[in-house]
Amino acid sequence: MLLIHCPYCDETLPEVEFTYAGQAHVVRAADPSSQTDAEWENFLFIRSNPKGPHYERWRHLHGCGRFFNAVRDTVSDRFLTTYKAGAPRPDLSSLQGDRT
Amino acid sequence: MNKLVSSFTAAPLARGAVARVSLAPPVGRLVLRARGDLAALNAALGLTLPTTIGQRAAAAGLEVLCLGPDEWMLHLSPDQVGAVQAACAALMASHPHSLVDVSGREVTLVIDGPRAAELLTIGCARDIEAIPVGQGRRTAFDNVTVILWRDGSAAFRLDVWNSFAPHVAGLLETGCRELAAETA
Ligand SMILES: [Zn+2]
Repeated sequence: MLLIHCPYCDETLPEVEFTYAGQAHVVRAADPSSQTDAEWENFLFIRSNPKGPHYERWRHLHGCGRFFNAVRDTVSDRFLTTYKAGAPRPDLSSLQGDRT
Repeated sequence: MNKLVSSFTAAPLARGAVARVSLAPPVGRLVLRARGDLAALNAALGLTLPTTIGQRAAAAGLEVLCLGPDEWMLHLSPDQVGAVQAACAALMASHPHSLVDVSGREVTLVIDGPRAAELLTIGCARDIEAIPVGQGRRTAFDNVTVILWRDGSAAFRLDVWNSFAPHVAGLLETGCRELAAETA
């Protein structure tokens, strides 16, 4: 079982309280009507599938109810960090060294 | 085995030598959602809403637990519900918020006895001992969303939605029997 740190509750808690919510930092176009079909397709359906650190959304469903972001290594399942929704994407190089 | 808990009974639902599960008397329940300056709501409620998730406050028959950054569960006497709703409704224009009466949505199970914390581990993956006495948490109990109030080192309350209560109470009854068999 994974232990996940909720940045709102500030506690590290069992995975069963959380749900996965897909790739993070997928930004909707400011002017949707300017988008081509290909751009819409990319926004709606195309996701990265990295081997290694992945920016993704989680929700503390059975807890504070909040969505937040995480960087998880898809190979080791290790969470490199979690941070509040709306916070900037953390720099990967600053996380790689800190794998405790 | 599911346990019927739809109507209030004072007798324990399950009792073992080291843990006991009973149903709390009906209580008024309100869910409050609000953001920004809480001063006006604090004045209307007659207490200071805790802003750290898991912390509680109480005053004059009203008990409140912070569930999220903008969410609180209030327990109060059923006949106080109308007055609290009216006091908060008066603030709606100046401080928009949501206050919903969920009194009929859930029941509260009281779990106590020397091994009450251990009994909870039958369904709760959290470290129960890490929840300080006098606080509470929304968590999952065998995948059911519940609110766990820790009233003492061996005294808990568990708020469970009606439709899940027979399952949760049944599981706790099984746990009571297991603990009793161990100590027998
Ligand atoms: Zn949380």
